[in-house]
Amino acid sequence: MSAGSIPSGDQIKDPGYPTASENYLTNSKGALTWLLTLDHKRIGVMYLIGVMTAFFSAGLLALLIRLHLFRPDGAVFTGPEANNWYNQVFTLHGAIMVFLFIIPSIPAALGNFLVPVMLGAKDVAFPRLNLSSFYLWVFGAIFFVGALMASGLDTGWTFYTPYSTTTDTSVILATSGAFILGFSSIFTGLNFIVTINTMRPPGMTWFRMPLFLWATYATSIIQVLATPVLGITLLLLIAERVMHIGIFDPEFNGDPVTFQHFFWFYSHPAVYIMILPAFGVISDLISVHSHKRIFGYRFIAYSSIAIALLGFLVWGHHMFTAGMGPMTTIIFSALTFTVSVPSAIKVFNWLATMYKGSISLTTPMCFAISFIFLFTIGGLTGLHLGTLATDMHLHDTYFVVAHFHYVMVGGTLVSFLGALFHWWPKMFGKMYSEAGGRLAAVIIFLGFNLTFLPQFVLGSRGMPRRYATYDPEFQTLHQVSTLGTLLLGVGLLVALVVLLRSLFKGERAPANPWGGATLEWQCTSPPPFYNFERPPAVGDPYDFSDIFWDTENERYVTVEPDRKIAPAEQPEPAHAEGTH
Amino acid sequence: MSTIEAAAENAHDAHGHDHDHPSFLAHHFDTPEQQFDSGKLGIWLFLVTEILFFSGMFCAYAIFRMLRPDVFEGCSQFLNTKLGAINTGVLLFSSLTMAWAVRCSQVKQDRGLVGMLAATLSCAMIFLGVKAIEYSHKWEMGLLPAGLYFYDPANPHPESHTNYLFMICLPFMILLGGVVAWLVVSFATKNKFHQQCAMPLTVAAACFFVGIGLGMVLESGDSERATDDHPTHVTESIEQSETMQLISTGENQVLESLATDSNTGIKSELTARQTQLETAGSAIIQEGDEIAGAIISVEENVMTQRKAGVFFSIYYCMTGVHAIHILVGIGFLVWLLVRAVRKDFNPQYFGPVDYVGLYWHLVDLIWIYLFPLLYLIR
Repeated sequence: MSAGSIPSGDQIKDPGYPTASENYLTNSKGALTWLLTLDHKRIGVMYLIGVMTAFFSAGLLALLIRLHLFRPDGAVFTGPEANNWYNQVFTLHGAIMVFLFIIPSIPAALGNFLVPVMLGAKDVAFPRLNLSSFYLWVFGAIFFVGALMASGLDTGWTFYTPYSTTTDTSVILATSGAFILGFSSIFTGLNFIVTINTMRPPGMTWFRMPLFLWATYATSIIQVLATPVLGITLLLLIAERVMHIGIFDPEFNGDPVTFQHFFWFYSHPAVYIMILPAFGVISDLISVHSHKRIFGYRFIAYSSIAIALLGFLVWGHHMFTAGMGPMTTIIFSALTFTVSVPSAIKVFNWLATMYKGSISLTTPMCFAISFIFLFTIGGLTGLHLGTLATDMHLHDTYFVVAHFHYVMVGGTLVSFLGALFHWWPKMFGKMYSEAGGRLAAVIIFLGFNLTFLPQFVLGSRGMPRRYATYDPEFQTLHQVSTLGTLLLGVGLLVALVVLLRSLFKGERAPANPWGGATLEWQCTSPPPFYNFERPPAVGDPYDFSDIFWDTENERYVTVEPDRKIAPAEQPEPAHAEGTH
Repeated sequence: MSTIEAAAENAHDAHGHDHDHPSFLAHHFDTPEQQFDSGKLGIWLFLVTEILFFSGMFCAYAIFRMLRPDVFEGCSQFLNTKLGAINTGVLLFSSLTMAWAVRCSQVKQDRGLVGMLAATLSCAMIFLGVKAIEYSHKWEMGLLPAGLYFYDPANPHPESHTNYLFMICLPFMILLGGVVAWLVVSFATKNKFHQQCAMPLTVAAACFFVGIGLGMVLESGDSERATDDHPTHVTESIEQSETMQLISTGENQVLESLATDSNTGIKSELTARQTQLETAGSAIIQEGDEIAGAIISVEENVMTQRKAGVFFSIYYCMTGVHAIHILVGIGFLVWLLVRAVRKDFNPQYFGPVDYVGLYWHLVDLIWIYLFPLLYLIR
């Protein structure tokens, strides 16, 4: 195992450091070589900057919401338009977070960087399509900013009819933005499916793929199958506003509940687009930082696919109070419970992986452990909402808000940060301050719980979501929640400072700082622009037996027993197979 | 880029295949087969997303047809079956020429490929021409989506102030003018390549007006019949809505009897239904009036903004999105045509023709579903 000293006489494999002309960050210079790049790693970095900007702005909006709720009659927005302001702020917070940050965060930003490298390929299958996905994302973001500049948006991120067909805020701009972002997401998913299917190098069988790739594959299936339905729904909504087509608008004999069905047929699978990549990240993080083979590899891989498929059958649980038939609600409730089975399989397997592992409490591992805590709370409270009887009481209360923030922030955001800290040395070739990273992880964990645990209590006591003002009896809990938000904000700032500081003052990262066995650790940090000069030798992604800590150089190295190398293959004579 | 290719080249020298990376093979693929398979899987996945994209509208169609079958049958009378059938034939033929084009590219018949692509393009243009006649005729009659609907059965052909047909034709006239100008310039400068591109494109652009002519001939003979058919049909629809009303009252009675068993859930359901019925009766679905009304008011019963309007909304959404797909397909076909003239394709590299062909077949297939579902349901 990794703790011992390197056996002598064996061959040490380490790719060393890239030269400036090989390093994908520096091999060509100038803004245009970035903006027009077809290199998946550069596109991934551009996505990373984009989603972080979106996250930052939507995070500020969240801070405004919580500060406003510090007092029962509202603390931030005043005057006759106060409630309208509040509605716009929470709508934009939700819409930007969902469409511009969470959905593209792990799959598009980190996935773009990691998928080909982990797979041992030179690039994704369609590099131009990949770049155009990024620009579609940018256009979608511009539309959202346009909606903000024009007359705002106050429908909530769900665009429910009939309100969205009657409000005079810029629904059309925002839905066009979401429509375009949908295509960005479809193209990314399509690209990954094709890449994983056709670009695997020799030896990379399906069951030698890192679990992150399995999760990305499952996510891509959902992106390809669910997003088009959102596309047509939003298109019909735009048509409804422009021409009053009467499909969703009750004024013209349309049916608003049909909109909800259409919308959730996408948007429920979409929450699995948000959380499945996080599962993949955590599987890798737990295994690498416990220096132990992942427990139940096939179960984790299959459970990702199972969640992707079951996720298509449960959209009705968002509409238990919207007037569906009793039998329909019972079926949807039962199906909802089935999703908890593959999710629980994953959690148990992660715990079993940590059991008797030699755990390094590095920053990524701290995030991974907080993920397990927070996701478990988020997942289990989901069962309360999937149960018909309790959902009648809890529907549209803060309980729902707390539940999905536990899954989306406690789950996806925390694992996104974990992944960022885990692959940061690979992406930028710099080591960050471990103490700073751990401090950030702890503050984020505390701040998050302080923010959202009180909201469970608020919700079960009947505090409705999306209200700008509330009864004074709820004040204490609301204030605790607001203080938690500030703490969470501090934690995120610390994380940002730690990462940015590393870019300028960080030590040069070795090829394998954590002792990972997947392929990305076999190329230099940062990787050369061509990833691998020749298809890499693919081994077991979770076999750590030949990875050792090299104390002298502070790095992990792969040690191969000395063996005779067969002579290189002789080139065949040209046109040996005959000419046509 | 050159450095990347050089690196890729080096990597493959190890394998001993010195011409492993021909110009058509992207640097990140190892073999033409891998590139072709990736593209093929990619386009099939894309077609899946297209089907799901349309499925939303098919779903809306199913829901509203289930709710008001009489409205759908009544409104379908206003769609011209002959024009629909002609368009179906044109698209089917274009699928044949497209498949033939793929074959030509596989066996390196460059002239055949250009011809078949031009034929496919011409069919697409004829389709749009016929569609332009259908659309403009309906717009003039006011058969529009619910919000804009103004059809008046007493005066089905009101004096129109705008010539919709001209408005649709205008961009195509400009297009034709542009292509003809290109053709003239290419002949003047004796540029062979430009001549070869512009000639088939001129034919294709002119075909739009062939479609217009075809549509005009058929539409003038058919429109009278459609309006004559109409009243007889609507009497049936009334009977139908009456029975529907009966069914729903019957259901309520069952619920009432159940509600006496102190089942609160059913009670609230019953109250909800009664409220719904009252609201619907007063504002949205004027079913009560229909039953009391005489035959004279029949025309309004189906051909109202709130009923026929929804049918025409679905009609325009489905055929409109389909027409957008035809336009996108035309764009891809033009791109292929230029590349075919440049002789880009060979038996090792015909992927793009194949992929666009698959897309074109899907667009055709969707029309094959749209035609019976919209035109042939009476």
